[in-house]
Amino acid sequence: MKLFSRLMPSSGMRQVPKSVTVHAVLLAYTVIALFPIIVVVINAFKERRAIFRDPLGLPDSDSFTLVGFQQVLLRSDFGLYSWNSLVVTILAVGLVLLLGAMAAWALTEYKFKGNLLITFLFAMGIMIPIRLGTVSILSLMVSLDLVNTLTALVLVYIAQGLPLAVYILSEFVRTIPKELTEAARCDSVSEYKIFFCVILPLLKPAMATVAVFTMIPIWNDLWFPLILAPGEETRTITLGVQQFVGQYVTDWNSVLSALTLAIVPVLILYTIFSRQLIRGLTSGAVK
Amino acid sequence: MVFFLGPGLLIYVVFSVYPLLDTLVLSLYNEQQGQTSFVGLQNFITLVTDDTWSQAFWNALGNNFKFFAIHMLVQNPIGLLLAVLLSSPKLRLSGTYRTLIFMPTMLSVVIIGFVWQLLLSPIWGISENFLYSIGLGQYFDAWLGKESSALITLAFISVWQFVGIPMMLIYATLLNIPDDIVDASVVDGANSFQTFWHIKLPLILPTIAMVSILTFVANFNAFELIYAVKGALAGPDFSTDLMGTFFYRTFFGFQLQQGSASMGAAVATLMFLIILMGVMLFLFFIQRRIQRFQF
Repeated sequence: MKLFSRLMPSSGMRQVPKSVTVHAVLLAYTVIALFPIIVVVINAFKERRAIFRDPLGLPDSDSFTLVGFQQVLLRSDFGLYSWNSLVVTILAVGLVLLLGAMAAWALTEYKFKGNLLITFLFAMGIMIPIRLGTVSILSLMVSLDLVNTLTALVLVYIAQGLPLAVYILSEFVRTIPKELTEAARCDSVSEYKIFFCVILPLLKPAMATVAVFTMIPIWNDLWFPLILAPGEETRTITLGVQQFVGQYVTDWNSVLSALTLAIVPVLILYTIFSRQLIRGLTSGAVK
Repeated sequence: MVFFLGPGLLIYVVFSVYPLLDTLVLSLYNEQQGQTSFVGLQNFITLVTDDTWSQAFWNALGNNFKFFAIHMLVQNPIGLLLAVLLSSPKLRLSGTYRTLIFMPTMLSVVIIGFVWQLLLSPIWGISENFLYSIGLGQYFDAWLGKESSALITLAFISVWQFVGIPMMLIYATLLNIPDDIVDASVVDGANSFQTFWHIKLPLILPTIAMVSILTFVANFNAFELIYAVKGALAGPDFSTDLMGTFFYRTFFGFQLQQGSASMGAAVATLMFLIILMGVMLFLFFIQRRIQRFQF
């Protein structure tokens, strides 16, 4: 209740305008949200002594060093890990978008037996985490001889991303006017052409939203890389950082640098796509 | 039609639906010396009653409910408060606040776990110095290392990371409330608090319910944070064990205990049932009761 009382116009004794209080609270929380990340990033560029002597200070000409980054790049294959993550994420997201759009189109455009059942099956997947099937996924991958391959991860991530993609894209397909496809059919345009040349371009904005929602959990996942592809050659960046930090936990320069290497690219991408992401979140696409 | 639906459905069924069903079936079997035999509900009975299993199981389940309770009591109210503040009319910089506060949510749970492990470390002393600077230094402790406080600390780290999700979803709903409803209440003489309590809150209840179920599913599926900070043993003395880490240990084994696929499947089945019950409860009760408020 104390929280809400701040929102009340304090009748009689209004020393501070309401907007100042609002800004103060939001600014305070912004600091709380960013402080830990900033501390890690600035200390990654400092000498060991400076890290401990003055953890909150910026690196200066005296304390500046890149030794942590050198150690990380020397002791582990960060380039390879990032590449693996990139390959897995791009392939999985690309296929989720394509197959998701195709399935959404089929489920909303064509009436057939089992349509409802399949729609329900996909809807279940939004709520039920795919992880719960891990025991069987692992034995399936063993029998397909896909353990320690990026293919295994891509396949699992497609299965993981499809339910939400089908749901969001179906909602979107429904808003496309029927006249459009009917006109094309009258001109005896093939169904394939209708989908790829008429529908798919119209789905672009929704696909951007789906892409962002699908990408984040894949890039950040530890569970499936740990279980399906823990080998050095197929390690993703999240697993790579986890293993590295676990191994060199006492080497502060290396640990801080490894974390910074994992954080900064994501933050750059986030800054570029944040408008897209927030529009997706706030447009009610996920309700 | 088959061309459009086929490939997606095939991958989804083979790598998601089938493994889940197969896991449910496998939980009714037991493997011994390479022989699998049908044992009915025996695995579940072992989990909840057998001395070596039940203690770990009930501990993980109880911890998971505590973990969830902290999220509901801290994450969602803070998210609500931030959303209400962000949606204040004519607020400048609201886009910037929104973007920055949401930032930690984008990062991997593993990275966040390590970041906080460093910040809370008594060796580095950042948190300790901070507490001293505001006069609370004597309350500092190695929170992550103590049995009594480790789970709560981890829950707060998770809350810190994910507060952006309730904030964003509630904020979106608040923006969608038609201005005339709010204006009407102001004309009728309601102050901001009354407007919030009587007009806005009922309208965002469906969103709060949805946020709750998303939190529930995510919490009962959590693994990465505990594994990154505490390892698969979820120490000290299993005090941070959640269903996710318990599942991992049961399936892959640890220390002297051998991993077991069928016991792992049984744990996964119980997690499935818990999540399913939560979702059902949401769909049938909460959703139905608040539907009349939707516009």
